[in-house]
Amino acid sequence: MSPGFQGRRRSAGPALPPGQYLTEDFPVLSAGPTPRVRPDAWEFVVTTETGTEHRWTWAEFTALPQETPTVDIHCVTRWSKLGTTWQGVSLDVLLDGVDTDAAYALVHSYGGYTTNLPLADLRGGRAWVVHGYDGRDLPAEHGGPARLLVPHLYLWKSAKWVRGMRLGVTDTPGFWETAGYHDYGDPWREQRYAGD
Amino acid sequence: MTDMSYLDGNMLDGPLREVFAVDVSGATGRCASCGATGPMAGLRVYSHAPGLVARCPACAEVMLRLVRGPDRAWLDLRGITFLQVPLPPA
Ligand SMILES: [Zn+2]
Repeated sequence: MSPGFQGRRRSAGPALPPGQYLTEDFPVLSAGPTPRVRPDAWEFVVTTETGTEHRWTWAEFTALPQETPTVDIHCVTRWSKLGTTWQGVSLDVLLDGVDTDAAYALVHSYGGYTTNLPLADLRGGRAWVVHGYDGRDLPAEHGGPARLLVPHLYLWKSAKWVRGMRLGVTDTPGFWETAGYHDYGDPWREQRYAGD
Repeated sequence: MTDMSYLDGNMLDGPLREVFAVDVSGATGRCASCGATGPMAGLRVYSHAPGLVARCPACAEVMLRLVRGPDRAWLDLRGITFLQVPLPPA
């Protein structure tokens, strides 16, 4: 890391949220077997609170406008990785034609994982469904063919192997949120566990 | 009128202390998803995760989750119908 890079970081505020350490590699975390989903069998489904479904095949999804966000990511197991570059589709694009009054999303994945977020956190250019990492296809161990990316929250919210989301007027806790982890998970406020 | 048909939850302390003090990996568990019954030591535990996730070796569904915070722990046993724990004769 160059002194100039560090200097820029410092002037922009602390690079790391409280209680985090910097890592250069990319640890693989998983709560189960890695699903192997072929892109031609993949789909992404948004289900609204009234039951309306919006579906994208892989071909439809990858034909949407693409972005390449470079972001810092923070895992609740205390590692952070700075300047990661991804490729995918903004949730603003995916939610653009979705008529909903919902306030929350319960994201679900191939393999059964779930996580909950306020719908507002998926909008405003802060969340993506990504299928590329560091210039390559997203590997299965990091959530490929596609994962959610919500870098302003702890990384357990960025569901790997994402399959869709159910929108609701009430918050439904997901996999880790029903086992002691925080419903929101802001790393800068160190919201690791329920009640933090 | 006092309802005498139940006891205060504090009475669970002794009985549960006896059960949870044993080595649970030596217990037998029944999967709530598929019914497979076998030693807890035979579960597949995923530990490179924010908590421990133990899955059924037969159907891969979650049987047990344990999250350890700095000053508390959460134990989820929804995926287990029963734990059979060997004990010395009463
Ligand atoms: Zn099973």
